[in-house]
Amino acid sequence: MIEAPLYGIMAEFDNPTDLMKAARTTYDAGYRNLDAYTPYPIEELAEVIGFHQTRVPLVCLTGGILGGLSGYLLQYWINNISYPLNIGGRPFHSWPAFIIVTFEMTILFGGLAAAIGMLGLNGLPAPYHPVFNNPRFSSVTRDRFFLCIEAADPKFDPEGVRQLLSSFNTVDVTEVPE
Amino acid sequence: MEQGPEEKTIAEEQLLPGQPPVLTPGHTFGSLTDKIGDIVLRRPFTLGWSLGVAVFGTLVMVLVFAASYLFFRGVGIWGIAIPTAWGFAIVNFVWWIGIGHAGTLISAILLLLKQSWRNSINRFAEAMTLFAVACAGMFPIFHLGRPWLAYWLFPYPNTMGVWPQFRSPLVWDVFAVSTYGTISFVFWYVGLIPDLGTMRDKAKSLWTKRVFGLLAMGWRGSVRHWKRYEVAYLLLAGLATPLVLSVHTVVSFDFAVSILPGWHTTIFPPYFVAGAIYSGFAMVLVLAIPIRRFYGLKDMITMRHIDNAAKIMLATGLIVAYGYAMEAFYAFYSADRYEIAQSLNRWFGHYGAFYWTLITCNLLIPQVLWIKKVRTNTILLFLVSLDVLWGMWLERFVIVVVSLSHDFLPSSWGVYVPTRWDYAVFFGTIGFFFVSMFIFIRLMPMIPIFEVKTLLPESALKAEVAAHD
Repeated sequence: MIEAPLYGIMAEFDNPTDLMKAARTTYDAGYRNLDAYTPYPIEELAEVIGFHQTRVPLVCLTGGILGGLSGYLLQYWINNISYPLNIGGRPFHSWPAFIIVTFEMTILFGGLAAAIGMLGLNGLPAPYHPVFNNPRFSSVTRDRFFLCIEAADPKFDPEGVRQLLSSFNTVDVTEVPE
Repeated sequence: MEQGPEEKTIAEEQLLPGQPPVLTPGHTFGSLTDKIGDIVLRRPFTLGWSLGVAVFGTLVMVLVFAASYLFFRGVGIWGIAIPTAWGFAIVNFVWWIGIGHAGTLISAILLLLKQSWRNSINRFAEAMTLFAVACAGMFPIFHLGRPWLAYWLFPYPNTMGVWPQFRSPLVWDVFAVSTYGTISFVFWYVGLIPDLGTMRDKAKSLWTKRVFGLLAMGWRGSVRHWKRYEVAYLLLAGLATPLVLSVHTVVSFDFAVSILPGWHTTIFPPYFVAGAIYSGFAMVLVLAIPIRRFYGLKDMITMRHIDNAAKIMLATGLIVAYGYAMEAFYAFYSADRYEIAQSLNRWFGHYGAFYWTLITCNLLIPQVLWIKKVRTNTILLFLVSLDVLWGMWLERFVIVVVSLSHDFLPSSWGVYVPTRWDYAVFFGTIGFFFVSMFIFIRLMPMIPIFEVKTLLPESALKAEVAAHD
C-alpha cells in the first residue's frame, strides 16, 4: 500500500490568542514553512509568521498608471492622428476635456489590478489544496483557528513537529496528506 | 469561549452611555455564522417573500413589454419632443444613479473613516448600488433611438474610421458610469469571497456546496491571503472614494457644461453629489427597515445604524437645501435676464407646483429628523425616506424638464407631458430593482459574516500576546 506523502501537520485552536502564542513559539523555534488559517483577518498574525510585505499595492499602482496613460494617449491619438476634427476652432489637443476619461480609466485599471493582483498573488482560484484534506478544516470559516507546519520546511521532522504542536493549548492535532 | 449576554461588544465600550451598540451582545462566532448563513441555506420560502417577488416581478414584465414596444416603435411612444428631448429617461437615469451612491459611500468612505457601524450594512448597500446602476444604465440605452447600436459609444476600431467625441460630457458619462458599475461589482465580489467560503463549508447539499465552492475560488482563510486581501480591499476603497464623487459630478456636467439657463452653474457638481447621497441613504433606510424586521436582524442592524443613516440623510439634505438657495441667489445676483426668467418660471411657471412639492418633500418634511424620537421610530423614518426619494425624483424632473421646456426664445418653448410608456418604463425599473434585492437576500449572505465577527469581543487578542514585540 502506498501512503500519500505528508503535506504537513496541523493544529486546531478555538481562540485567536492561543493560535497567536503557538505561531510565535513555532516561528521562534525556527520553522519557516508555516501558515495560519483564521475565520477573519488578524493583522498581527501575518507579522508573527514572518509575512511582512505584499506586492498588491505595486500591482495596483502599475495598473492605475497604465490605465491613465492608455486613456489619455487613446484620446490624443484619436483627436490628433487618427481623425483630427475641427470643432469650433478648438485645438486638437484640448487636454482639459480629456481629463475625465483619463481619470476614469486610471480608477478602472487600478481597481481591476488590485482585485486580480490580490487573487493572483494568493494563487486563487485554487481548485485543490491539501489543507482541505483535514475533515475538521471546514470550521475555519466558522469559529476555529488552524496552524500548519508544512513538510517542505527544512527543519520538518514529523515526530518533533507533532510534539511541539501538542504542547500548545490545542483542540486537535492532525497529519494532513498531500 | 462562552459569551454571556452581560458582556459588552468592543464597539460598545467606545460609545457614550445610552447609545445602542452596533452589535447586540450575546453572539458568538458560531451564532453569527448560523444566523446570517441560515437565511440563505435553511430558511423556507415564505409567503411575504413570494408575494413581494410576485408584485415586483409583475412590474418587471411591464418593463420587458414596454421596452420591447419601445424598440419596435422608437422613442416617439414617449412624451419627448423638441424642445424637451430629455424626458423621464434622463430624470430616471440621474435618480437611479444617485441612489447607488449611498452604497459606495457606506462601503468605501466609511471604511476609510474607520466607522465600525458600516460592517453590518455594507453588503446589501453595495448590492443596492449594483442594481441601481443597472436600472440607471438602461435609460440612456433606451433613449438612444437605435439602442442596438449602443456599442458605438465606446471607442473601438471600425470600418467607418470614426471615434466618439471625447469633448462631450455624454461620452464622459459612458466612461464614468461603466467604470462605476465595474468597480462596484469588483468591490462587492471581493468583499463576498471569504463569506462564500463560509457558505461552502456550511452548505449541506452537494450542489449548493459546489456552487458556493466555485464562487469562493478555494478561499481557505490563510493569514497570507488575509493580509493581501485586506490591502486590496483598502486600495479598492481608496479608489472607489474619488470614483463615487466623480460619477455624479460627471452626470451634472451633462447639464452644467451646456449653456441653458438653470443648467449652466458651477454649483451643480457638489449639489448633485450631496443629492445623490441624500436619496441613496433614503433607499438604504427603505430597504434596511423591513429587512431587519422580517429577517430578525435587529441585533446586527441596530437602532444605531438606523439613527446614523438618518443623521447622514439630514446632513446631506441640508447641503441640498444650500444648493437650492444658491441656485436662486445666483440667478438674481448674475443679473442675467434669462437666468432670472428661468427662476421665476421654475417657481410660478407651468411646472411651479412640482417645484413647491419638491421643496416641501426635500426641505421642509425632512427637518423632523432633528427630533430623536423620529429618528428612532422606524415607521416614521420609513415614511420620511419615501418622501425624500419622491422629492429627489421631483428635483431631477424640475432640473431636466423645466430648463429644456423654457429656453431663450419664446418661439421654442414647449410643454412635456409623459405618456403611459414613460410611466411603464419607470415603474418597470422599480420592479427590477426590488426583485433583484429580493433574490439577492435569499441567494447571498446579506451581512458580511467575517466583518461582523471582528466586532465580537472574543475576536480581540488577549493583552499578553498583543503587547508582545
